[in-house]
Amino acid sequence: MTPTLSDGTTVVHGPKRPGIPALEARHLTKHFPVHQIGPSRTRQVVHAVEDISLALPEATVTAVVGESGSGKSTLARLLTQLIAPTSGELLLDGVPVGSSAKARREYTRLVHLVLQDPFSSLNAVHSVRYHLERPLKLHKRAGRDDLDTKARELLERVSLSPSERFIDKYPHELSGGQRQRVAIARGLAVEPRVLLADEPVSMLDVSIRLGVLNLLDELRERERLAILYVTHDIASARYLADTALVMYAGQVVESGPATQITDAPAHPYTQLLLSAAPDPARTEPPVLRGRGAPPSLVNPPSGCRFHPRCPFAMAICKEAAPPPLPVATDQVAACWLHSAEHTAPADPPTAAGTGADL
Amino acid sequence: MSAPTAVPAPRAATADTVLEVRDLCIDYGVGAGAVRAVTDATLTLRRGEVLGLAGESGSGKSTLAYGLTRLLRAPGVISGGEVLFHNRPQSSAFGAAPNEVVSAGTEIVDLLGADMAKLREIRWSQLAVVFQSAMHALNPVARIDAQLTDVLKAHRRQMSPTERRERAVELLRMVGISADRLRSYPHELSGGMRQRVMIAMALALEPQLVIMDEPTTALDVVTQREILEELMQLRERLGFAIIFITHDLSLLIELADSIAIMYAGRIVERAGADELFHAPRHPYSLGLLNSFPALHGDRVRMEGIPGSPPSLTALPGGCAFHPRCPYAMDRCRTETPQLVRPVSDPVRTGGEDRVAACWLQDGLQEPPAPLHREATGNGSPATDDTHGSDQ
Repeated sequence: MTPTLSDGTTVVHGPKRPGIPALEARHLTKHFPVHQIGPSRTRQVVHAVEDISLALPEATVTAVVGESGSGKSTLARLLTQLIAPTSGELLLDGVPVGSSAKARREYTRLVHLVLQDPFSSLNAVHSVRYHLERPLKLHKRAGRDDLDTKARELLERVSLSPSERFIDKYPHELSGGQRQRVAIARGLAVEPRVLLADEPVSMLDVSIRLGVLNLLDELRERERLAILYVTHDIASARYLADTALVMYAGQVVESGPATQITDAPAHPYTQLLLSAAPDPARTEPPVLRGRGAPPSLVNPPSGCRFHPRCPFAMAICKEAAPPPLPVATDQVAACWLHSAEHTAPADPPTAAGTGADL
Repeated sequence: MSAPTAVPAPRAATADTVLEVRDLCIDYGVGAGAVRAVTDATLTLRRGEVLGLAGESGSGKSTLAYGLTRLLRAPGVISGGEVLFHNRPQSSAFGAAPNEVVSAGTEIVDLLGADMAKLREIRWSQLAVVFQSAMHALNPVARIDAQLTDVLKAHRRQMSPTERRERAVELLRMVGISADRLRSYPHELSGGMRQRVMIAMALALEPQLVIMDEPTTALDVVTQREILEELMQLRERLGFAIIFITHDLSLLIELADSIAIMYAGRIVERAGADELFHAPRHPYSLGLLNSFPALHGDRVRMEGIPGSPPSLTALPGGCAFHPRCPYAMDRCRTETPQLVRPVSDPVRTGGEDRVAACWLQDGLQEPPAPLHREATGNGSPATDDTHGSDQ
C-alpha cells in the first residue's frame, strides 16, 4: 500500500496547520521479526506499522484510535525513537533527525513520552522532588540554586498546587491522577516540543480522567506543545483532539477532524468501532457493523486488511489495498467504497447516512 | 436449554425476588485497625433482572459482591447485615442432584449463616461468579474440556462422561465457540474467547443468579459488545439474574435494568438505568455521568469531579462525598445522609422507589436544577423491551 492520492502526492495525516510541523514522520514502517523455534526457511515478520506519514504541528492534539494490536503504541514508540523503524524518517521542526549521540540526546529532550501506568512509571523509592529535579540536572535546565524553584514551578504548571504539599511526597502517597500529573510535569521539565501520551488516562479512576485530559488541553495552548494522544476510547479522542487517526492492523484507515470522524465516519471499521462504543444516549441496542477479531499481523489479509470483517466487502477489496481517498474536508478514508471507479453497494456508508444511527 | 418449560420467562418472573441484601457491612481487619469497606448496603434483586453496580476503584463494589457470596478472603470480615437468597431450584431434565429440592417452592437461604455444605450446594449451581481476569481464573495447565466437565463431575454426579462431554460442547456452542476448541489450553484462546469460556462455565449448572465482576473491562470494544449481546440473549433464554460490576457507567446504562452507584463503601443512589441517566438525584451520580465525554453533539468542556476518591482509612465526616461536592452544605459535613426516596419524587405504586443518600433531596430546600430533572423528561421513555426493564 502506498499512501498517495491519484495525483501522486503523499497523504500526511494530522492537523492541517500552516508552517513547519514540530514533528513529522515520513513513511514510517516497523516490522518485528518473529523468533521461530527450529529451522525455518522463511523469515517471518509482524507487520506492526505500515507506511504511516504523520505531521504534528505545535499547539495541536492528534488522537490515534484503535483496538489492542492495531499498532498505535508501536507508532508512539517509533516517534520517541525508543525503537528504530524498519524504514522511514523523522523530521523535527523540518530537520531530519541525526543519529549521533548528541542529536539523539537533543531528540529525547524535545520529544517526551508519557506512559499509561503512572503506578509503575514513577520510581517508588524516590520523592516527587527527585523525579522533577533529575531531568532538570541531566539536561542542564537549572543550576544548583534554582533547582527547587524550577521543580515547584513545574508542579504549578500541572495544577498540583500548592507545590509544597506535593514536592516531598512519594508516589504511593499520591492518587493516580496526581501521579500522572507528576509524570507529565517531569516531561515538561526539559521544555519539550512534542508530548506523546500513550493511553495516559486508561489506568485512572473515571472521575479524574477528565482532569488529566483537560490538563493536556491546557498544555496544548499554554506550552504550544504538539501532542499525540494514543487511546482506545473514541469518545475521549473526540473530546480532546483536533484530528483523529483510526488505525487497524498497522495501517491508518481513516483520518480527519475528530468531531467529523465520529459524527460522519466514512470507513467501515470506524463505523464498527462507533457502533460498539458504549453510548448511554442510545435508545435502541446497537447493531454491530461487522464481527470477528483483528487479523494476524504475521500474514495480514491481502488487499484491504479489513475486508474479512467488512460488511461491504467487494471483489476488489481482496485484491488491492485501497489508497487513502478524500471523503470530506481534510478527511481521508482508505476504502474502495469511496472510489469513483468502483460501484458502491445499495447501502453505501456515506458520511451523512451513518451519523444519525450510531 | 433442555427443559425450556421449567425456565421461568424473565418477564413474568420479575416480580419475585432472588436476592435480598440488608444493611450489609464488611470490614477489612478487626479491632482498632479495621477499615470499613462496605457500609449498610441494601439491595433487592428480582429474577431475570440486571442490576449494575458502578463506582470507582475502592468504592467497595467488588467487596460487596464477594461478601454476599462469602468468597471474601481474609482480612475481609462481614461485620453485620443479612443476605437472603431465595432459592428456587429448577427441575431440569438435565438432572438435578438427588439431594436437591426439585419443586417449584422457594426456599430462603441465609447466605451469611449457611454452613459449608449448604454453601457448596448453592454456589455455582444456583449462584455463579464470572471473575474479571479470565487469564487468571482459568487453569493454565488444564484443557478447556477438563475445566468445563470438572464442575459437572462435582455437581452432577449421575452424569456419564459422554453426557458431560456433550454438555461441554453445548455450553461452548451457547457462547459462540466451536467444539474443536475443547482440547485447547487457555493460552491458545484470545482474550474474548477466554471470557466466553468463563461465562459458559458460570452458566453450566443453570444458576439463578450470576455475579459478573468487570467481565469485559480488559477487552476491546468490539469484542466487549459481542459478548454482552450474547449474554443478554442467554439471559432472555435462561432467565437468570445478573449483578454486573463495572466502573463504566455509560456501558451500564445501556445494559442494566437498575443501577446502584457506590461511593466510599456506601450505595449513594439506586434507580432505574434510564431515570439515572436522564435524572440523577445524587451529585456523585451526576459527576460520574459528566465524566464520560459524549459521542454526539457539540464539544463542551466537561469537568468530571474535582479531587480524588477518599482513602477508606481516612473517610471525611458526614457525607463522604462532601469535599468533592459542588453543592455541599454545612449539614453534609456533620451528618451522614441515609438512602431515602427523594421528597420531590412521586411514590411508586409498583416496583421499587428510587432512592438517593443526599441531604439536597430531603425537601427542606429546592435541589439544584441538574438534580431535579423530570425522570422521563428527555425524550426516550423509560421502557426498553429488550432489557425487560420493569420500572
